[in-house]
Amino acid sequence: MKYVDEFRNQKLSRLLSEQIHAIVKKEIRLMEVCGGHTLSIHRFGIPELLPPSVHLLSGPGCPVCVSDIRFIDHAIALARLDNVIITTFGDLIRVPGSTSSLEKEKSSGADVRVIYSSLDAIEIANQNPGKKVVFLGIGFETTAPSTAVAVMTAAQEHLTNYFVLSAHKVMPPVMEALIDEGILIDGYIAPGHVSTITGSAMYRFIPEKYKLAVVISGFEPLDLMQSIYMLVRQIEEGRPAVEIQYRRAVRPEGNPKAKTLMNEIFELRDDWWRGFGIIPASGLALRKKYRQYDASVMLPVSVEPPIEPKGCLCGLVLKGLKKPVECKLYKTACTPDHPVGACMVSGEGACATYYRYGKE
Amino acid sequence: MEKNKTILLGHGSGGRMSHELTEQLFLKYFGRPDDGFLTDAALLEPEGNLLAFTTDSFVVDPVFFPGGDIGKLAVCGTVNDLCVAGASPAYLTAGFIIEEGFPLSQLETIVKSMALCASEAGVKIIAGDTKVVHKHKCDKIFINTSGIGILERRYAHLSKGTHITPGDKIIINGFLADHGLTVMTAREALSIRYNGTSDCAPLNHLIRCAMDAGDIHFMRDATRGGLAAIVTELVDRKTFGIELHENKIPLRENTKGLCEMLGFDPLQIANEGKVMMVVASSDAEKIVAAMQKHPYGKDSCIIGEITDQHPGTAVLNTIIGGKRIIDMPAGELLPRIC
Repeated sequence: MKYVDEFRNQKLSRLLSEQIHAIVKKEIRLMEVCGGHTLSIHRFGIPELLPPSVHLLSGPGCPVCVSDIRFIDHAIALARLDNVIITTFGDLIRVPGSTSSLEKEKSSGADVRVIYSSLDAIEIANQNPGKKVVFLGIGFETTAPSTAVAVMTAAQEHLTNYFVLSAHKVMPPVMEALIDEGILIDGYIAPGHVSTITGSAMYRFIPEKYKLAVVISGFEPLDLMQSIYMLVRQIEEGRPAVEIQYRRAVRPEGNPKAKTLMNEIFELRDDWWRGFGIIPASGLALRKKYRQYDASVMLPVSVEPPIEPKGCLCGLVLKGLKKPVECKLYKTACTPDHPVGACMVSGEGACATYYRYGKE
Repeated sequence: MEKNKTILLGHGSGGRMSHELTEQLFLKYFGRPDDGFLTDAALLEPEGNLLAFTTDSFVVDPVFFPGGDIGKLAVCGTVNDLCVAGASPAYLTAGFIIEEGFPLSQLETIVKSMALCASEAGVKIIAGDTKVVHKHKCDKIFINTSGIGILERRYAHLSKGTHITPGDKIIINGFLADHGLTVMTAREALSIRYNGTSDCAPLNHLIRCAMDAGDIHFMRDATRGGLAAIVTELVDRKTFGIELHENKIPLRENTKGLCEMLGFDPLQIANEGKVMMVVASSDAEKIVAAMQKHPYGKDSCIIGEITDQHPGTAVLNTIIGGKRIIDMPAGELLPRIC
């Protein structure tokens, strides 16, 4: 298949594997920030191809997983209102809140609909003028522009029944928070699709201030193998920098149009992250100008006080401090069918990925 | 009946309208009993063999999709459940639950397609029932089919898999994931096109060819949960494991593309015309060759083997030379796929 099989070539991946083996001398700890990378690494069995001294840690890059329990509880409270339709991407409906989940609310009669595009919610709002349609906006710089497009569309169509509950987040602050917390890593496998929008400049502080390596990677197995090779070389040669492996999609300047749009609709705010607490200037809120589309302003609800699940190590897993298998709940009380924490729900969550691909 | 363009509650009343529907639609296509009597129960006469008996309900949404409809699915599903147990499907029953207002013309299309598929498979539909429920109390039409197959005693081991031994080869009869992706993209909510059709087909003749060609140790149709579900189920708590080779598993280019885009694992997507077989290693090539001569088996191939290396586990040798475990899909990937 064009542009897929080429990046899954067995000969080339063996070659990269040999080259990594040849240049690695010390213990190296790399963190893949993005959930898509975690998934790909385990789906293709990449750890098998690496020297035992190269360790891969999963980071806080799965949007569903980092969404705080307060956000889920807020969405659940909105779902319980009369005449409200909740629209969301699929994974989110199974994430446990403090005492319920959107899935449970749906089974007891709430109108919760899984959609595949932010614009589907606009369509639903058009078809249901008597109802208030709330879109749950989650994701990083990758998905925030598509929510921005939907808000722009709503404004152009003068919709009065379309709202966004934003949990959108930006990537660099959490990458810095991880280093500041003293998490031992030598480099980042930086998120490919986020960087498609943002460009590479925003990671420069990582090598400059913290002397850590950064390579922006694609999602195919050869992309990841090559990125790991580039990181190992940077680390062994002692020259940390920001390099782009995913050149077919990422430009240093990013996507200016998407950035402008995102900036038009959203502004930075301090935001809750699961496992981290509040990280300054790490979340995206709708600007005042667009407050009529902001569900948190326009649809006031009382949200139950948060109850974090007991024993769940999602927070530590998201920081790369624990592997899913080190959590007592993993594979016992917490499984994909009965998830306790968000990392077991999302297809890109570290716990779900470990479970699916049989990591012990 | 002509003047009633849609199904009315009266069609499920048991009275004159029910009678008309049975006479003018169901018996027209499914045929009348040989002795002409319409009794409460069909009478069968088994001939010294074992009977295989199964049931399945069909709620697929949408009712019509490229490559089939709920009627064809309802016949194929039950026929296939019987024949993977090694039985020759013989008789089916059909129960209909229909929403008031369902167009009669669509019901006729569904019934015709059931009759066509039953005739292809060589099974008789010998009993049936119709209930009509109020508008919005069910979605268009649900069908239940039950089936009886005749099982020769020498094939009784097949459904239990007691003859499976390390070294056995694993065969699949063609491209995976077509049914699941077709039905999903046929739904209005998803504006993505998939230029494929459902693989929905009765597999009994193909399976008979394979059984005549060599020694088969186990069969299962890869429906909901896909190939991943049946291999993990097969090795569960067993003394053997399974190795599959990703580069040997038949996947269409457009299947790979759509799955990449939506984040699906094609091994976990439903099929309705695919059978996985575990066969004696020495007979594997012969069986594949025999299957390739049948229209539903022309892309048959060997995709893996039974191993004693990692009992209880199904492992995929990935396309880049890594290894990973194959697991069952969690939760409901696509509701109402069949």
